[in-house]
Amino acid sequence: MTNQKSSTNGIKTNNGKKKSKLKKRPHVREQDPSVRIKNFAEVSFGLTEEMVELETQRCLQCEKPFCVEGCPVNIKIPEFIKLMKEKQYKNALYKIKEDNLLPAICGRVCPQEIQCEQACILSRRGEPIAIGQLERFIADWERRNNLKECPECAAPKGIKVAIIGSGPAGLACAGALVMNGYDVTIFEAFHTAGGVLNYGIPQFRLPKEIIVSEVETLKMLNVKFEYNSIIGKTLTIEDLKDMGFKAFFIGVGAGLPILLKIPGISLIGVLSANEFLTRTNLMKAFRFPEYDTPIKIGKIVTVIGGGNTALDSARTALRLGAEKVTVVYRRTETEMPARKEEYHHALEEGIEFLFLTNPVRIIGDENDNVIKMEVIKMKLGELDDSGRRRPVKIENSEYMIDTDTIIIGIGTRANPILIKSIPELKLNKWGYIETDENSQTNIEGVYAGGDIVTGSATVITAMGAGKKAAKAINKYLS
Amino acid sequence: MPYEILKKNELGDSGTIFEMVIKTPLIAKKAYAGNFVLVRVNETGERIPLTIADYDREKGTITLVIQVVGKTTKLLCNQKVGDFILDVVGPLGNRIHVEKYEHPIVIVGGGVGIAPCYPQAKELKEVGNTIITILGARSRGLLIWKDRIKSVSDELIITTNDGSEGIKGVVTDPLKSLLKNKELSLVIAIGPLIMMKFVVQATNGSEGLPKVNTVVSLNTIMIDGTGMCGGCRFSTLDGDVKFACVDGPDVDGHMVDFDNLLKRADRFLEQEKYSLECYDEECKALEKYKTKVN
Repeated sequence: MTNQKSSTNGIKTNNGKKKSKLKKRPHVREQDPSVRIKNFAEVSFGLTEEMVELETQRCLQCEKPFCVEGCPVNIKIPEFIKLMKEKQYKNALYKIKEDNLLPAICGRVCPQEIQCEQACILSRRGEPIAIGQLERFIADWERRNNLKECPECAAPKGIKVAIIGSGPAGLACAGALVMNGYDVTIFEAFHTAGGVLNYGIPQFRLPKEIIVSEVETLKMLNVKFEYNSIIGKTLTIEDLKDMGFKAFFIGVGAGLPILLKIPGISLIGVLSANEFLTRTNLMKAFRFPEYDTPIKIGKIVTVIGGGNTALDSARTALRLGAEKVTVVYRRTETEMPARKEEYHHALEEGIEFLFLTNPVRIIGDENDNVIKMEVIKMKLGELDDSGRRRPVKIENSEYMIDTDTIIIGIGTRANPILIKSIPELKLNKWGYIETDENSQTNIEGVYAGGDIVTGSATVITAMGAGKKAAKAINKYLS
Repeated sequence: MPYEILKKNELGDSGTIFEMVIKTPLIAKKAYAGNFVLVRVNETGERIPLTIADYDREKGTITLVIQVVGKTTKLLCNQKVGDFILDVVGPLGNRIHVEKYEHPIVIVGGGVGIAPCYPQAKELKEVGNTIITILGARSRGLLIWKDRIKSVSDELIITTNDGSEGIKGVVTDPLKSLLKNKELSLVIAIGPLIMMKFVVQATNGSEGLPKVNTVVSLNTIMIDGTGMCGGCRFSTLDGDVKFACVDGPDVDGHMVDFDNLLKRADRFLEQEKYSLECYDEECKALEKYKTKVN
């Protein structure tokens, strides 16, 4: 504590000019909103080397760094920042990769504002260190220079571990296990790795080549990828046991979209955010007809929900040519689970928001095409289980809005395929897999983590869960 | 892991229907009647569901029967023996329920939907059921797998719209007389949505005929086939929403809202037409180039 205080005092002793400079983080360059709504290229350009020089100087190098505690995978943040400040980029990269093999992804999609950056001591007096941006910079530096830097793996143990699902939880678990010398194979249902990083997050937030590059790193460390392999269908856990796998990590995500139970849900023009985003992101429908998967976008698009998925859908709709995009959310902007940065970007791009509003029914024309949606005004009532104020209907406040496409992004449930194939697997009351404090399921040697355990959450929590499970698997197999 | 085409035959004489035997050892090992696969032909391709029409566990192969209707089916049918398909995923969906029923089972197959009737008839016959099959096609040249289906049926009835083979008319004509004259335990319908709709209308008791449980096989638009996207969803007559990929593809026909499903099936019609036009032009240009080079 004394150390921190003296560090803070260190700021005060600086001259006035420097002090005001030190309070602010660099302004990251971004594509102009009027330009970027017409393309799928990444919104943010990231930091320049000059910005990195200034930003790394701001870090107080706290002896007891709160930022590390704030990070779900406990990256040694002050240490890598110090190395960056000294321009030891390669070593900075090593330092990050000791805890996280996917820095280019995390630097972009982690909600740092509620994790490491929120914990940063500087946030009490000004702006916290741009930790996410620094992480991204160093990962991009690696990619730009065609390096594939990794700390050394332990000697091969010759023990086979199967990872089911190549999303963030699976990739993180695989990375941690391979570093410990295990023979790791990831089984993926789709034709490409990444899970939600691929089908869910649009390229303007996370370019696909970044996922490819991070996956390449894992391949370089001898992680094997088996695509088109649906565990529970193509192969079962029993088959994998026969193939010599000794432990299993289930990271299949919570893929089943929840649809609203309101009249008109089956009309043409109503689709789940999952379908909308999978078509565009995974199947590249935004490049139709060069890519064969079609997508249809109307003029007036309404997106229901307030999470990242809803905002991703809204911003994708805009890029596909929608004239007006409105997000309908039943609470206020304060309760919105989406990242603040994404909300800010969406506003810049001209997305409209109808807060405290909930859909009542969808109205179609004689051909069952969506033409209108009836909504009702809401107000915030008592606190609910999630600690947020529950939205309550305001009686007789219904009104109609014009819309021809409705995208539903209100969340997902557990995917039944794998679970159904292991009837003895214990689930909780929501249908997610129940695990103990070591991420183990009720079946010995079978571990689980990510959305299939917690329900919809963030990329980094899933990665944290994958890493935690890897530790437990290592202990189990040692 | 690409998937090799080991055999390819044209069926009928319309030039539009092909059967392909594909090497997929893992899928063949697990396949049963009712299961389907998702196929992506090449890197820019879309994912389409195709019902497994036959499987050979020893040889490690599955058989798909494909009719050219759009770009993807045309692209797939343009592949030759020895070519590889980029992605084949499965077996997806639920296998059919197999038990010995008291009375005969009628299996109605229409168009390219005739092929997937084969494994269903085979598995149901193996446990001792009496199988009556009704096959329908627009004309004789589109009639496929007649002998194969015959080998697993106790009675085979054929209808063609133009009368070029069997009874002149549609599949519901002989079905209705069977319903009138015989006690039946189950009706299975696989074919175009409109055919299944009329089969269900005949068996749901609304036309004065006895009500008989009817299972229909839904081949809706799909992307992942694992319940993730909801593209394949259909509504039931009581307003519920179900997913063809994980709740089906074989479902109780009496609960399906066919009118809505027919509209949903056409939701990309414009794009599908455009995609096919582009592909045809591409093929033409390639032909022209080949003749020039030769």
